Amino acid sequence: MSSPGKPQGFPLPSSLRVLPGTEAAQAAYPYYMQFTEGDDQRFWFYNSMHFPEPMSAFDMVTAEAAYCALGAANTRVHCLPTTLGIDYRIINGRVYIGGNAVTDPAEIARRTTEFQNRAFYYYANWERLYSQWREKMLVLIQDARDLPHPTLPEFEPIEQVHAGRGIASNHYLIDTYYKTLEGYFRMWHHHFEFLLLGYGAYMTFFAFCKKAFPEITDQTVARMVAGMEAEIFRPDEELRRLARRAVELGVDAHFQGGSSAESIVKSLQGAGSQGTAWLKDLQSAREPWFNINVGDGFYHYHRSWNDDLSMPFTGIFDYIARVKAGEALERPVEKLQAERQQLIADYRELLGSDEERAAYDQMITLAHRVFPYVEGHKFYCEHWYTNLFFNKIREFGALLSTHGFFPQESDVFHLTHFELEAAIVDLMTSWSTGSPPRGPSRWPKIVAERRAAIAQWSKHDTPPALGPVPDIIDDPAIVMLWGITRESLDSWLKASGDGATNEIRGFAASSGVVEGPARVIKSVEDIGRLQTGDILVCQITNPSWAPIFQKILGAVSDLGGSMSHAAIVAREYGLPAVVGTGSATSRIKDGQRIRVDGGRGVVTILH
Amino acid sequence: MRGTEHISWFADLGLEHRASVGGKGGSLGELQRAHIAVPAGFVVTTGVFERCLEALERDLPVRTAVESLPPDDLTQIAQTSKTLRSRIEQAPLPAGVLDAISSAYARLCADRTAAVAVRSSATTEDAVDASFAGLQDTYLWVKGAAETARMVQRCWASLYSVESISYRRQRRIPENGVAMAVVVQMMVDARSAGVMFTRSPTTGDRSVITVEGAWGLGSAVVGGEVTPDRWVIGKITGEISARAISDKTIQHVPRDTDGIVSLPVADDLRRVACMSDEELQRLRDIGRRVERHYGRAQDIEWAVERLDGQILLLQSRPETVWSTREAAPVARAVDNPVEHVMSIFGGRS
Repeated sequence: MSSPGKPQGFPLPSSLRVLPGTEAAQAAYPYYMQFTEGDDQRFWFYNSMHFPEPMSAFDMVTAEAAYCALGAANTRVHCLPTTLGIDYRIINGRVYIGGNAVTDPAEIARRTTEFQNRAFYYYANWERLYSQWREKMLVLIQDARDLPHPTLPEFEPIEQVHAGRGIASNHYLIDTYYKTLEGYFRMWHHHFEFLLLGYGAYMTFFAFCKKAFPEITDQTVARMVAGMEAEIFRPDEELRRLARRAVELGVDAHFQGGSSAESIVKSLQGAGSQGTAWLKDLQSAREPWFNINVGDGFYHYHRSWNDDLSMPFTGIFDYIARVKAGEALERPVEKLQAERQQLIADYRELLGSDEERAAYDQMITLAHRVFPYVEGHKFYCEHWYTNLFFNKIREFGALLSTHGFFPQESDVFHLTHFELEAAIVDLMTSWSTGSPPRGPSRWPKIVAERRAAIAQWSKHDTPPALGPVPDIIDDPAIVMLWGITRESLDSWLKASGDGATNEIRGFAASSGVVEGPARVIKSVEDIGRLQTGDILVCQITNPSWAPIFQKILGAVSDLGGSMSHAAIVAREYGLPAVVGTGSATSRIKDGQRIRVDGGRGVVTILH
Repeated sequence: MRGTEHISWFADLGLEHRASVGGKGGSLGELQRAHIAVPAGFVVTTGVFERCLEALERDLPVRTAVESLPPDDLTQIAQTSKTLRSRIEQAPLPAGVLDAISSAYARLCADRTAAVAVRSSATTEDAVDASFAGLQDTYLWVKGAAETARMVQRCWASLYSVESISYRRQRRIPENGVAMAVVVQMMVDARSAGVMFTRSPTTGDRSVITVEGAWGLGSAVVGGEVTPDRWVIGKITGEISARAISDKTIQHVPRDTDGIVSLPVADDLRRVACMSDEELQRLRDIGRRVERHYGRAQDIEWAVERLDGQILLLQSRPETVWSTREAAPVARAVDNPVEHVMSIFGGRS
């Protein structure tokens, strides 16, 4: 499959160096994530789609839990015939991943039988299993919400003593911590329960369309499949609704550009019954729809709208201006649905024969049945649950910081989840013995060292891929989830070998041509720098960024395919977008003028 | 406008009249019937050609002379072609024909010096028209009734060009059914012109419209004298998924007197797209309507009027390359629809 002798290729894992001075921070990651002998023989790519920034020691739990669950679903639950799980490694805080293909025909045949007994059952019983999935998720979310706030009273509360609970508060620290961690690992199993099967049905229809209509664009197929009412559109719709409400109630003047969310809320509280009515509406929107993270939920600092109202309030402010300019701002769902149906019918009519039409009908029907999961799961998993998870860990951070383990609550995220368990046990012991905890003399120095390492790592780009380039990539998981194909690797290689060209190629995600200044957003914390009329250049966008799409002229991302969030939102806003360029954020400099041709998938750096 | 025995106006024509007006004439009438804009015009019917031929046959045989030619003997074909062409071009027009052409010309062109295109529209008894395309002559930017009539005769003569004769001889097409109608239509002073395929010529994709165009008259594109701009447009979505703007060095434009001339394109226009996106969308709309009207993929010639930007069609004929290819279905329905996913999960077969 691979041909290591090719002149062109990516660096080998063994040639990648840990940045000087960050060795200790690198060593903190568990041994099973470190590159090792034998890894040079395999192909790896930097998963900048999910982990665009260096991962802190604790945040690595996201990779761990996700790949444990993804691999289990592929390898052991549904038994995908041609692929096992995804291996992952971390260096300089960057997560590299590699597929694990099954190539032995006998093994593929054996797994095919298993797959059909399992996956086909899921497809056949999709609606029932999916509604059961939602119930399971809501229970899981409720369990996480019910977990107690970790505290250590000086003396055990008298009522607990009189009630004969018999178990002291320090035990509940570890109990809550284990449950928090357990819930997170469990959530990721739910996340992957349907995901590959959902994408697979979509890809089946996609591949058919590409054969029947060789020149059809990716985004056209995506438009035929995409749903209109997925949960992930709701948060942005709520902002539009709140903007309309503010104008209706006549309280829109309280939204002043530049005012903090807090001061706006305060001024609304003093705005009589109209202000109270709006705040009541805000409250009903917040649960659950503001449980959406400003990132993809893979980092502890991807806070939710509920944690930081500034993002949704900026969105509401911009929407209010549009409402007052006479825009309806309502997503015309029925119209969008009718358009989708028309599109499907029009392409159907163009097919060559009734035989093809019958196959087309079967595939689009299946894609429509399964796709709501693909679109909907993110809200429950990556946003709502993940947000609860990181906030609970943050509570432990606050407790440990009170006891002198480190200066700030967020420092907790520089400990691995194993180390955090040790620190909690340390604190439990100290509370029980009455002696001071040992952590305060250990962790501050380590935390400072790791914080510095992350800062170092963020300053350095990392190769998009490592190791020998495979001749073909036919691992369905990698193609589906990361949009990586042999063609995209070739373009990455070309980009790294030929820095002189001013063209960057990617997936044509949303057509149209636009020119403007590039705003390179490498971290979600930079979003505030976006000005009206900018072109967003980012590693990946996520659903909570939707409100900023009303400001920008176009979008370019490093990773993602035609079904990625950036692509979906760009199409909905009618903005040109090119996704999956591999290198846009490292090749385009902030403020440079660029041209985005979303129909061709080409970004040109203009001088 | 009522036709005469010599002349048929587009407005009265459809494909069913191909036997008397040829494929091109029938198609232009059909387009007009489908409310597609075409330059106004009329057809000098095959009946007129037949009468002229009869007159010539009385002196010396024409059709039998052609039929006796060995298909592979190009020397002999060339000699016969030369003789026949000059006989046809120089023969006096039968009584009434010149008058009919002159009065139709006058009716078409209020301005007695307006330019017309005179185009061959050949036919056979089997009404096979597509296969004849491009073998016979077209004369552009012809002015005045007398000149028009002369060019009609030259079109008739081009039915006996070396290429046309060889083509018919090789396919053993009986000469008796072969006839020539001639289309006379208002010349479009084209700002841009070109061709459009309602099915991708490269992949056979039915969901895209491929447009090629350049500055000036379409003859430069059709004749391959300029590399045209090229666009691929989603037939249904209107999305322009590919655009290649070429360096268009020359353009065909009308000469001051008559006929056309090839001129260099101004430097600042060479690399400029010859069609706006809005015009491309109008073309797409026209392409879809024509395809729908005929019920099959079409190859179309179009032009954009220089003054008012109107898009006119000069020709539409059925696509023949992909339509005649028998392709296996991309996929067939299966008993359990879920089995389709094996094309993704089952690995390369």
